[in-house]
Amino acid sequence: MTSETFEPKMLAFLCNWCSYAGADLAGVSRFQYPPTVRVIRTLCSGRVDPLHIIEGLKSGFDSVLVFG
Amino acid sequence: MNQAPPTLQGSTGAVMVVGGGIAGTQAALDLANSGFYVYLVEKASSIGGVMAQLDKTFPTNDCSMCILSPKLVEAGRHLNIQLMTMCDVRAVEGEAGRFTVTVHERPRYVDMDKCIACGVCAEKCPRKVKDEFNEQLNSRKAAYLMYPQAVPLKYLIDEENCIYFEKGKCRACEKFCPAGAIDLKQTAKTHQMEVGSVILAPGFKAFDPQGYDTYGYGLYPNVITSMQFERILSASGPYEGHLERPSDRRPCRKIAWLQCIGSRDLHRGMHHYCSGVCCTYAIKEAVIAKEHSKGELDTAIFFMDMRTYGKDFERYYDRARGDTGVRFVRSRVHSVERAAPDSDDLSIIYADEDGRLQSEVFDLVVLSVGLETDREMRELADRLQIRLNDSGFAETPSFAPVATSRPGIFACGAFAGPKDIPQSVIEASAAAAGSAALLSDSRASLTREKVYPPEEPAIHAKPRIGVFVCHCGINIGSVVDVPAVRDYAKTLPDVAYVADNMFTCSQDTQQLIRQAIQEHQLNRVVVAACTPRTHEPLFQETIREAGLNRYLFEMANIRDQDSWVHQAEPEKATAKAMDQVRMAVAKVALLEPIERFHIELNRSALVIGGGVAGMNAALNLADQGFHTFLVERREQLGGNARVIKTSWKGEDVQAYLSLLRSRIVQHERIEVVTGTEIEASKGFVGQFITTVNSGGQQRQLHHGVVILATGAEASEPREYLYGVSDRVQRWHDLEQLFEREPERLEKTEAVGFILCVGSREPARPYCSKICCTASIRQAVELKERKPELDIYVFYRDIRTYGLREDLFKQARQLGVLFVRYSPDEKPSVAAAANDDGRLLVTARDHILQRPLQIRLDYLVLATAIEPRDAKALASIFKVPLNEDQFFLEAHMKLRPVDFATDGIFVCGLAHYPKPLDESIAQAQAAAARAGLVLSQAHIEAEPIVSVVNPDLCTGCGLCEKSCPFGAIQRHEVPGRGLVAESIPASCKGCGVCAAACPHKAIDIMHFRNQQIVATIRAGGEKLRA
Repeated sequence: MTSETFEPKMLAFLCNWCSYAGADLAGVSRFQYPPTVRVIRTLCSGRVDPLHIIEGLKSGFDSVLVFG
Repeated sequence: MNQAPPTLQGSTGAVMVVGGGIAGTQAALDLANSGFYVYLVEKASSIGGVMAQLDKTFPTNDCSMCILSPKLVEAGRHLNIQLMTMCDVRAVEGEAGRFTVTVHERPRYVDMDKCIACGVCAEKCPRKVKDEFNEQLNSRKAAYLMYPQAVPLKYLIDEENCIYFEKGKCRACEKFCPAGAIDLKQTAKTHQMEVGSVILAPGFKAFDPQGYDTYGYGLYPNVITSMQFERILSASGPYEGHLERPSDRRPCRKIAWLQCIGSRDLHRGMHHYCSGVCCTYAIKEAVIAKEHSKGELDTAIFFMDMRTYGKDFERYYDRARGDTGVRFVRSRVHSVERAAPDSDDLSIIYADEDGRLQSEVFDLVVLSVGLETDREMRELADRLQIRLNDSGFAETPSFAPVATSRPGIFACGAFAGPKDIPQSVIEASAAAAGSAALLSDSRASLTREKVYPPEEPAIHAKPRIGVFVCHCGINIGSVVDVPAVRDYAKTLPDVAYVADNMFTCSQDTQQLIRQAIQEHQLNRVVVAACTPRTHEPLFQETIREAGLNRYLFEMANIRDQDSWVHQAEPEKATAKAMDQVRMAVAKVALLEPIERFHIELNRSALVIGGGVAGMNAALNLADQGFHTFLVERREQLGGNARVIKTSWKGEDVQAYLSLLRSRIVQHERIEVVTGTEIEASKGFVGQFITTVNSGGQQRQLHHGVVILATGAEASEPREYLYGVSDRVQRWHDLEQLFEREPERLEKTEAVGFILCVGSREPARPYCSKICCTASIRQAVELKERKPELDIYVFYRDIRTYGLREDLFKQARQLGVLFVRYSPDEKPSVAAAANDDGRLLVTARDHILQRPLQIRLDYLVLATAIEPRDAKALASIFKVPLNEDQFFLEAHMKLRPVDFATDGIFVCGLAHYPKPLDESIAQAQAAAARAGLVLSQAHIEAEPIVSVVNPDLCTGCGLCEKSCPFGAIQRHEVPGRGLVAESIPASCKGCGVCAAACPHKAIDIMHFRNQQIVATIRAGGEKLRA
């Protein structure tokens, strides 16, 4: 797989109060970004257990982002 | 002065709100949620007003319908709001507290109880007429629905255009209506209502530019009004959101906006005032047009002064000029003409800044029309004996900004002067506050409580999930393949029903969701639409009304985080939508019903800041019947108002201030705590405990809500010789100097004012809003006292918005000279060497295009208004600040005094610079919103909290250490040692404890470990395949 065709599939945990709101704001502002990220909303990035990150990688995601 | 102290006994606990636009709807909701019964009277067939016609709203570019619709739906189904559409108020008799209102109801010719809004009547109706909602750009039938998301969602027959009423036959609608809802025999009715107060919010009419013969409106098809352009932009509009021009429906490539159409114009038939909103809406339209346009689009705005004076408006202007590339042409437009004899293109002939005549050709010309009151509104005022000012708007004093000339009748929104949506919403809440204070003795006397159907114990049954996918007009549908997502959802496990909707948030869709739940025995619901942050509560309420627990619901965000951000990649956006729906379905299948719990409510309020805003908030809350602490860090109340002589209208501020102070001090329900700072606060809505410090002495205040009114102050400049020459002063300093030493004014020959000192610059990119008006007010006063005085105002744009334009006109008439400067060529100030320290100002004259040298005795600098260190309070109450360090409200448009955190509110300069009248209105609005909380029986809390499984807990205490809210604590259990226990009232559901627990003994309701894991796995499903 060359670097040109590789599109990492990402899982993002977003905090309802900051980064999820930020992602909504990106929408309102029409900032365009790659459509390869899937989002899970939590009430705080602190909710994300290290095991959830491992679960994400096990499930087939190439990377896991935790924003908070 | 403010409303008299409420001494009323036996008032009527109902309010009539006249006008169902955003202002009227907000006032109705605030009152109905605070224990008052509301009659919401609307002359049209549906509520929504002008905001329903708008495509997007500035400065956030929120979809107008998307943010309005939930409010309309809430009002439409509120148990304590009676919608009275097609109604006009004929008379109001009686007095404040006990009015009898006569309402005339015109026939709809459709039985509202029977109409199922299927649209067959409109389909079969043979008569086509111009559609007013779409601003005459297309047609509707004589049997019609005002707009697709109308509330109430009921058709009507337009008598004036109906063939039956013209010729006595046709009745196609009656014949085909499957519900038998057409009733052509309906007649007008008269109703009489008993109410305690009346709130007038009839809105405005957009100026009709037919009166101009220079712009070709009505003559050239491609000259349209800004309202027509809103409809063109709108997905549900006549062109379905495609940016086309009327003459040939060709995509637009070049669009011009002409500002001040009907405004700031002294000609007969036009208005001398500024309409206040057109500059920013034109920027919005240009920015959105560029976004809609598939190809290159050139946009140009022809203007006199750019008046982007509101919160974040200047940044919006900067962005439009910068990245977006909207052109701004400072000019006076002479005329619009056909570009060539056989062309529909238009040539704009204008004088540029240097006075040279220019012309440019455009595809489409948008006239930025102003706001006015129409004949109907003026007649209403007349019937109700309400005084209007000479601009035709309801006359309201600066110190009681929503009070009309008749006690007990309030005015809000554009009827009380041209204004934007947030200010209308603020005034609506302020009018609700005025009513609530007036009628405090009859609160909860006429309201009913909502009774929900029992919850279905369906949780033990196998999940049956309903998935509703929203097109959101074209917001989602133009990028994501919505039918494909719907069909895909049908293939997912446990999904029993799927549907797609044009607007899932509209009132008719709520009915469809409830029906689907019943007909298909659904026990879980997923909505794939915008964002749960704004719309989850609406859908939760809907499923609760259908007998499902609120927490058996999940949203998939396929708009804000999908269609809006992947506009160029529709296939991938569709795939993402499918994935997010699959993840939501996986989660919803595992969700469980949760009971909300009640928190006891402390009915006291804390107001922080003893300026005019804080005092008004405290006074209204106390008048509403709530005990209020008013904390001020200085030794005396009054804040910035202590140095202001008059309002812009000339009212005496000091006289007002002393009356206000004495009412505060004498009020039995207000405790004034001066010389006191806030040290710490803990708790949550209903139960705050705030520690204050008065000169070293600590004290704890217990309260249920808090209002932040900590104000702002004028910055100290480091330019224009400030601090070097004592002839250079700030704000009101010179005024006070002349007051103390009048002989100085006698010796003075010339005074200058420099505006935008420190504002609208990279370090402080915002406009300080009040400086133009305050400086011109001073200039006018000086000129009136000493006509031979030379006065120069150095400005960038004169922003005397709204009716304040009169002051600007007066200043010019009195001979005040206005010299424009640009930020890269600021005036320079020097002390004249041999002239007694007088000042020499050099500026470039924008008309003569050469430097001017002006000798001044004094120079007044209108320096930027900057927030007082709000950081400490922001961190104590955990509320956000914006980039400029002003407090950031929950929503700039529709929640202008709330924070996202319940029970905390903001008003006055701490929110943004604003004049006294707007500060007072906002303070009253904050009091209305805070009073709404305090009038509840108890606080219903979100039950998304931590739960401990004591069997797994080893008492290690990591959870207790990691909890930022003190919401989990260990206690001794005999024979077991320490075991953790959750304190639900303090818990915010963040889940830090659950992540920290090494034994997985803690879980979070609604975000349980197994629910999150299932969501992750569903997200990865396709990747593994």
